[in-house]
Amino acid sequence: MRGDYAFERFHGEPPLSVIRSRSLDLSGWGRFPVEKCDAYRPESVEEIRELIRVAPSESLISRGMGRSYGDASLNSGRGVILHERLNRILSFDPETGLLHCEASVTLAEIIDVFLPQGFFPAVTPGSKNISLGGAIAADVHGKNHHRDGTISGQVLGFHVLTGEGELVSCSRSENSRLFWATLGGMGLTGAVVDVRLKLRRVDSSYLKTQTIRTTDLQETLDEIILRDRDYDYSVAWIDCLARKKSLGRALLLRANPASPSELPSFERESPYSIRRKLPLTVPFSMPSFFLNSGNMKAFNSCFYWWPRRTEALRDFESYFYPLDAISNWNRVYGQKGVLQYQLVLPLESSSQGLREILERVAESGWASFLGVLKSTGPESGGLLSFPFEGTSLALDFPNRHDSIFAFLRELDRLVIHYGGRTYLAKDSSLTPSAFRTMYPAYEDFLEVKAEVDPNGRFSSSLSRRIGLTE
Amino acid sequence: MEKRVLVTGATSAMGRAFVKELAIKGHSLILAGRSEAELESVATDTRIRFGVQVEVCLYDALAMDAAARLEEDLTRNSKLALHGVVFCHGFMPDEVSAETDTELREATIRVNYISTVNLIEVFKPYLSVGEYCFFCTLTSVAGDRGRPSNALYGSSKGALSLYLSGFRSRVFEQGIRVVNVKPGFVDTRMTWGLPGLFAVARPETVAVHALQGVSRNHGVVYSPKFWRLIMLLIRVIPDIVFRRLKI
Ligand SMILES: Cc1cc2nc3c(=O)[nH]c(=O)nc-3n(C[C@H](O)[C@H](O)[C@H](O)COP(=O)(O)OP(=O)(O)OC[C@H]3O[C@@H](n4cnc5c(N)ncnc54)[C@H](O)[C@@H]3O)c2cc1C
Ligand SMILES: NC(=O)c1ccc[n+]([C@@H]2O[C@H](COP(=O)([O-])OP(=O)(O)OC[C@H]3O[C@@H](n4cnc5c(N)ncnc54)[C@H](OP(=O)(O)O)[C@@H]3O)[C@@H](O)[C@H]2O)c1
Repeated sequence: MRGDYAFERFHGEPPLSVIRSRSLDLSGWGRFPVEKCDAYRPESVEEIRELIRVAPSESLISRGMGRSYGDASLNSGRGVILHERLNRILSFDPETGLLHCEASVTLAEIIDVFLPQGFFPAVTPGSKNISLGGAIAADVHGKNHHRDGTISGQVLGFHVLTGEGELVSCSRSENSRLFWATLGGMGLTGAVVDVRLKLRRVDSSYLKTQTIRTTDLQETLDEIILRDRDYDYSVAWIDCLARKKSLGRALLLRANPASPSELPSFERESPYSIRRKLPLTVPFSMPSFFLNSGNMKAFNSCFYWWPRRTEALRDFESYFYPLDAISNWNRVYGQKGVLQYQLVLPLESSSQGLREILERVAESGWASFLGVLKSTGPESGGLLSFPFEGTSLALDFPNRHDSIFAFLRELDRLVIHYGGRTYLAKDSSLTPSAFRTMYPAYEDFLEVKAEVDPNGRFSSSLSRRIGLTE
Repeated sequence: MEKRVLVTGATSAMGRAFVKELAIKGHSLILAGRSEAELESVATDTRIRFGVQVEVCLYDALAMDAAARLEEDLTRNSKLALHGVVFCHGFMPDEVSAETDTELREATIRVNYISTVNLIEVFKPYLSVGEYCFFCTLTSVAGDRGRPSNALYGSSKGALSLYLSGFRSRVFEQGIRVVNVKPGFVDTRMTWGLPGLFAVARPETVAVHALQGVSRNHGVVYSPKFWRLIMLLIRVIPDIVFRRLKI
């Protein structure tokens, strides 16, 4: 209706933030690298579309909660789309647990809203402060990967806004190539704007956990490869400083969901209650000598005194997210940050490969705070997804000296030698040639990318570093 | 009595922050805004997260008879009773363009000032005075003294502040609280990427301060609080000095 508005020309005018960016020093959770990026913060899907069309930045990449460790959600000197304001829950069916929401809704929010109704994310990584967009882009896995695979198994579909500004609906049956390129595609196929995800029904917010101590690598592997199948969830903390006969000794933390009848009587009334803990914070960056090898050794030897086997009832928070209890724990690694290195080896080479890698790490003197070992199940189908059947090991290396990169190259060579690969969501050091060897499906990925984003509107610091885009 | 609150500009970050805080307090809500799709998203989100009743309706401050139309929409099917109204709609123009653009100037004044005055007068009869009821408006510290960089925006907010102060006295005895919230810089679309910002507050912080002001029956709420002092200082600078300052 003309004349209906006092000022016709202001009607439906695109909001200003579309073209206004803010220059921010961004980093991933490892706080290395730190890069200056043009940050845009759209508040609607239409704004993202407009942004893709007119933003002056040379290329764009989505960013969720910035919990990837390296440069996956960075775009040095170019554009970053902060999804944080697009976090609305769009529907939920309490019969089926089917949730439809915008991509920057976090697992923490999902747990807050839906655990009291008896639902929990069926697959969750070691932090709940991640967005669903990030979960899809990294095709994340959890402590139940050996049973339930990656989060892709729970994802019914999503919409991707491509570099051409087209909103494409993806699922296993609709645009399935884009679906499998986007799951694990590290944001390079476009911005995921909404997600349909199935939550898992749970009977309580507690798990029956069992902790056992192993004495060497063989025992650790025997346990996780042969016995993990009796548990929904399993993870092992490995002592990366132990050598010789103790090499590969570990604490195995395994769990199955608890039913209300297994809870202590005072919890049975409200099986979904979560006791709120005061958040702890690390107020400033720790000086890097805090993590000297003496301290680390002390930390890592603690489990000598751990009893051989303990059983306990623990709530979801403390089992799944021990690190989230301290909100800025990444600061313990000091100003220069940390490099995380997560690898997976196939079953047949796990034993020999892990032995060699752990030996190299132990003798290198690159102290590693947490070594996390886990058995992994079959591949998901995501073209660039990380896990495949075998064993995965995650290591932290405080960024104390530039020679760490040469050391990581050496680890890359070992990983490749044993037929494995490293995880892009944790990575900040992989080279183009190593990437291509580890991810042979990258050519298929690039084919899909060329179809939906022929002008290369989406790229990131990661994608340029590993030679996946220009 | 169901405590229903109408929120304008409900799809903005400020609006959503108010919607969240009001829903946590258990209020049912009517969200007014320009985009039906965005309103529906915010409404569904609020229903699912907080389990309160939420309705939506279209409101464009630049539409002819905007306030009367909104009234008509909200009273068509049922009797309307409101516990309060929160005004979050607002518009900040590019001041330089506004120097040579009549329509832009008029639109700014209409969105920030005229439309709010009209809504206040039209919806006053629908406030159901239990213990109390309220109007809560977002003006701005920019309305406390005209500065070269935002003379137009500031004056539209300042005009509204003057109106509210008179209106507050007029309805004081009827149990209507009129709370004028003056935020400093808030981290929203309006300020994203602008140069010269400092002490930028989260929208949630402003919403919490504002609603505290409502429950404590404060007339003017600065958010964060230190702006009261800063603006006091800025107001007392004599004009002969102020005109030379480029602030
Ligand atoms: C303590 C800790 C424990 C972890 N444990 C695990 C684990 O057990 N298993 C595991 O798999 N991972 C784990 N991770 C890694 C983490 O789950 C992934 O990096 C995840 O992608 C982070 O999500 P985010 O929202 O922070 O995304 P960001 O870090 O912001 O982004 C990660 C990637 O997702 C892309 N992306 C983000 N949002 C969108 C969107 N809306 N559309 C398109 N692309 C998008 C980005 O471009 C980037 O490539 C852990 C991380 C931490 C900090
Ligand atoms: N951000 C600050 O630093 C700051 C400081 C002081 C005061 N404020 C005030 O806070 C309020 C909220 O603003 P914000 O910061 O959240 O910025 P914003 O994102 O720009 O929000 C402005 C809101 O006003 C709505 N609006 C604009 N023109 C309208 C019109 N013609 N009719 C109806 N609604 C209209 C917008 O609707 P759409 O969503 O449909 O675009 C949006 O919801 C405003 O009154 C602003 O003046 C902000």
